[in-house]
Amino acid sequence: MSRRWQEALGPWFVVLALFALWEGVVIAARLPSFVLPAPTEVFATLVQFAGPISQHSLHTLMTTLIGFGFSVIGGVALGAAIGASQVAYKAVFPVLVGFNSIPKVAIVPVLIIWFGIGTVPAVITAFLISFFPIVVNVATGIATLEPELRDVLRSLGASKFDILRKVGLPRAAPYFFASLKVAITLAFVGSIISETVGSNEGVGYLMLQASSRFQIPLVFAALVVVAAMGITMYAIFAGLERRMTGWATRGMDQAAYATGH
Amino acid sequence: MRAELKFVELDNVSLTYGGGTLAVDKLDLSIARGEFAAVVGPSGCGKSTLMKLVTGLAPASKGNVVVAGREVAGPLKIVGMAFQNPTLLPWRTTLDNVLLPLEIVQPYKATFRRDREKHVARAKALLATVGLKGFEERYPWQLSGGMQQRASLCRALIHEPDLLMLDEPFAALDAFTREELWAVLQDLWLQRRFTCMLVTHDLREAVYLADTVHVMSARPGRVIETKTIDIPRPRTLETTFEPHFVDLVHHLRARIAQARVAA
Ligand SMILES: Nc1ncnc2c1ncn2[C@@H]1O[C@H](COP(=O)(O)OP(=O)(O)OP(=O)(O)O)[C@@H](O)[C@H]1O
Ligand SMILES: [Mg+2]
Repeated sequence: MSRRWQEALGPWFVVLALFALWEGVVIAARLPSFVLPAPTEVFATLVQFAGPISQHSLHTLMTTLIGFGFSVIGGVALGAAIGASQVAYKAVFPVLVGFNSIPKVAIVPVLIIWFGIGTVPAVITAFLISFFPIVVNVATGIATLEPELRDVLRSLGASKFDILRKVGLPRAAPYFFASLKVAITLAFVGSIISETVGSNEGVGYLMLQASSRFQIPLVFAALVVVAAMGITMYAIFAGLERRMTGWATRGMDQAAYATGH
Repeated sequence: MRAELKFVELDNVSLTYGGGTLAVDKLDLSIARGEFAAVVGPSGCGKSTLMKLVTGLAPASKGNVVVAGREVAGPLKIVGMAFQNPTLLPWRTTLDNVLLPLEIVQPYKATFRRDREKHVARAKALLATVGLKGFEERYPWQLSGGMQQRASLCRALIHEPDLLMLDEPFAALDAFTREELWAVLQDLWLQRRFTCMLVTHDLREAVYLADTVHVMSARPGRVIETKTIDIPRPRTLETTFEPHFVDLVHHLRARIAQARVAA
């Protein structure tokens, strides 16, 4: 088998092996399905409850994408602002780090008090949790401009805005796209946490309901869907990254940027 | 010779960096309009600092820096610069890298889009003179180090600056490429006669290219000798083997050796 095929099939092979191992353990230890359902049972449940699962998953996907959208806009704006100014960077960064250290689960109840049970707290949680890596990466990309290049530009009479537009932002692009991959998966975590704490829709809500009725296979079926959505989104943004910033890897296919978080 | 038309003038200039390093002290230097000046001196003596002083990127702690008859108070607006590291933008093609100054410097900036065709033609012609014809659409990382340095020179010259500042531009190149680029730079200078300040560690390079070589002392840097290079142009590689050339290089080498011991 050629190297390319090995690389393409590798992940599928690992997933299959994982499921096989899981199935084996369940059979060998005779685990009852309310402790750990076997993958075959999980997939059977997935088919059986395809309707409600897809409905709730789509809701979660929407919630996640809206929150993520806000964090892209806010993250780039704030990242550009603090990346371009040392003073702003030093002033804002400690607050950002402090804020990022707060477990988001702790905020959700407050958000629910403010905005009521439902989609709004989930969108906000998705936003809050995925915002930080984007800000940090964009700011880093802009702030690490080579001093010589800055000198070249300043001695041409470039304004701060010129420098940001012509060099800062393009330079931050690879950092930005690398952070999107991380941010989108975090956004899923955020919206599902919020749905679990207080919502009447979404995969988090579905899982909470299922586990309170001891429908453990349904919980796992939902988890599998969440993981699949996460992987898909990650792959989409990884593909986007490769397309947009081929220059950063000098035509090679490897990116090694700080991804924050 | 043309000393009456001073273009760059430093009078008793000192610069102390934050942290207390006295980098240059009581430095006097003058460069005539259209002159090619080279600055040599022991490592760490303040040559790069001198470049920053002249271009206004670092303000003098004491003394006056005057360029084109005006006291330098902030970054000068139309200087071309090139460094040891070519600092090309990897997301732009070689051609677009060369065009960058035109997107920033007035008066080109205002009409850049409209006159793009014209500028592209000019950039291509400039790239051709440094031997980069056919590489316009390549990305910098697809070029060799020497080719990147040529492109960097083009970027420094495209907006026809009155002052070209070069900080060890050829230091990272192999001897053959370096000597080739001496000729390229000399040709460009003979055509355009911009005022040029070249910092280098290579004394042959300084003598080959410059009208005047300024020798700096060890830190804190001062100009301890100004040597006029009275070799006719265009100079060639053959020139570098002539006794007079070799004498000049020896003389400069001895001065720098003294400067280092004195430190
Ligand atoms: N930004 C800075 N902050 C503090 N000190 C500095 C800074 N830049 C340079 N220096 C100090 O000033 C002195 C002169 O530095 P400079 O870079 O001008 O030397 P140089 O002659 O260009 O050296 P080289 O030949 O090695 O390039 C050095 O002692 C250096 O440590
Ligand atoms: Mg230096």
